[in-house]
Amino acid sequence: MAYSQKVVDKFEQTLKNPKEASVGRWKPGDKDFHRVGTGIVGAPACGDVMKLQIKCENIDGTNKIVDAKFKTYGCGSAIASSGELIDMLKGKTLEEAQNISNQEIVDILELPAIKIHCSVLAEEAIHRAIDDFKSRRNND
Amino acid sequence: MNTYYFDYASTTPVDSLVVDKMKECLSVDGAFGNSGSRSHVFGWKAEELVEEARVNVANLINCDPREIIWTSGATESDNLAIKGAAYFYSDKGKHIITSKIEHKAVLDVCRQLESESYEVTYLEPNNDGIITPESVEAALREDTVLVSLMHINNEIGVINDIEAIGKIVKQNGSIFHVDAAQSAGKIPIDIENLEVDLMSFSAHKIYGPKGIGALYIRRKPRVRLQPLFHGGGQERGIRAGTLPTHQIVGMGEAFKLAKEKMSEDFKNLSKYRDILWNGLKDMEEVYINGAIDNTFPGIFNMSFNFVEGESLIMALKNIAVSSGSACTSASLEPSYVLRALGRKDELAHSSIRFSFGRFTKEQEVKQTVELVKDSVNKLREISPLWEMYQDGVDLDKIEWA
Repeated sequence: MAYSQKVVDKFEQTLKNPKEASVGRWKPGDKDFHRVGTGIVGAPACGDVMKLQIKCENIDGTNKIVDAKFKTYGCGSAIASSGELIDMLKGKTLEEAQNISNQEIVDILELPAIKIHCSVLAEEAIHRAIDDFKSRRNND
Repeated sequence: MNTYYFDYASTTPVDSLVVDKMKECLSVDGAFGNSGSRSHVFGWKAEELVEEARVNVANLINCDPREIIWTSGATESDNLAIKGAAYFYSDKGKHIITSKIEHKAVLDVCRQLESESYEVTYLEPNNDGIITPESVEAALREDTVLVSLMHINNEIGVINDIEAIGKIVKQNGSIFHVDAAQSAGKIPIDIENLEVDLMSFSAHKIYGPKGIGALYIRRKPRVRLQPLFHGGGQERGIRAGTLPTHQIVGMGEAFKLAKEKMSEDFKNLSKYRDILWNGLKDMEEVYINGAIDNTFPGIFNMSFNFVEGESLIMALKNIAVSSGSACTSASLEPSYVLRALGRKDELAHSSIRFSFGRFTKEQEVKQTVELVKDSVNKLREISPLWEMYQDGVDLDKIEWA
């Protein structure tokens, strides 16, 4: 199976310059950690685990994603899908982020049919991260 | 950087000496004749070359040339051996023994026979991937008509003790088939010392062309097979079809060369495997799939925990290797071979098979050590599992969604 050049490029950029590609994490104790939502999806036994974190700020009464980070264990297209999702998220409101569909990632990366589950994983990751953020806010 | 080829267990380039011989059997000024043509010199010349090649193949395993039948490759040889024996001797019993880590060319044939009312026992390997003679002995029954096991496993390189297993199978009066696609020409095989009835060979795993193989069929005591192909009566009626002279000559030449170069090849492969392993063994969470002892050094299968195999292959873009990861297969299932060894699924997903060969250079392997280290480290940097492992989280205790 051959990947599109877009998957290959995204994968290679991520490996070459992980920081610039938003690889990383916020951990408990970090300043602003209470404004971070974390979503972990997948399982090692299935060959894919995606961890997505979003940092939100309340701007004019709405929560906007100001930054996002990820780490992914998985095939090349899972790593590329995570990176692509991160690019989409920044600057979006939680509502807009909630509405991102996996199809957008499929289209941008031209994912082959057998790799569509990678994009589904990315969509699930953002839903989890948003839920986590909301549950934290309630606890504030 | 050139791309380095470390996938010799998948296929090998044809040796240029082999190519030269093959070229002489194709065009109008060469031996293009049909070896079945008995009435003219063109046929006689082709027949002479075919028989010369048969001797070369027989010499490699020390058998009578009349015990070698040409096929289209090891897949056909496996089909002919297993189905041929199972059908011919069906009145003796319908039980077959094989293992869970055979090549699909054996497993799928067994599945087919199951649908034809045969019963198949699939032996479990031990943790190193070896099928023990004891496990064969325990599975044998009065109605066991055939035992089919591979010599060298294609994914992990472990070597089965076919001498010991053969004795046990013979005592039971069952037929013993060995798939030697990965071992012929790589480690010594002397049929005189083995109680093997049928043995499958492939040319393209040992610097011969694709599309040609052979089956050894014991004459004393004679093993009978029901043919799969019917037609012009070639190969004494066991395998009909015009003989592809150039392919056969290529296989014969490749097997002749293999005999000459076996010990030198083996020495080099051992050196390459040691360079790779010594260079990587001090990394954290690196596992050998199979065993380092009792393993053919040309095949080396490792898992880098917390790194998915396909992504590692992508990162190693100038190195041609294969993986047991699900993501490299159409089925999305991780390697059934590694799972049968009792490896956790995540380690199967993280596996990489390096297979070296005659044209591998020491410098390539040395460079690969550094590239693998670098790529594994980079991928671990972006792996959430590595992060958890570093934090001291027990991954087995997490409930994954």
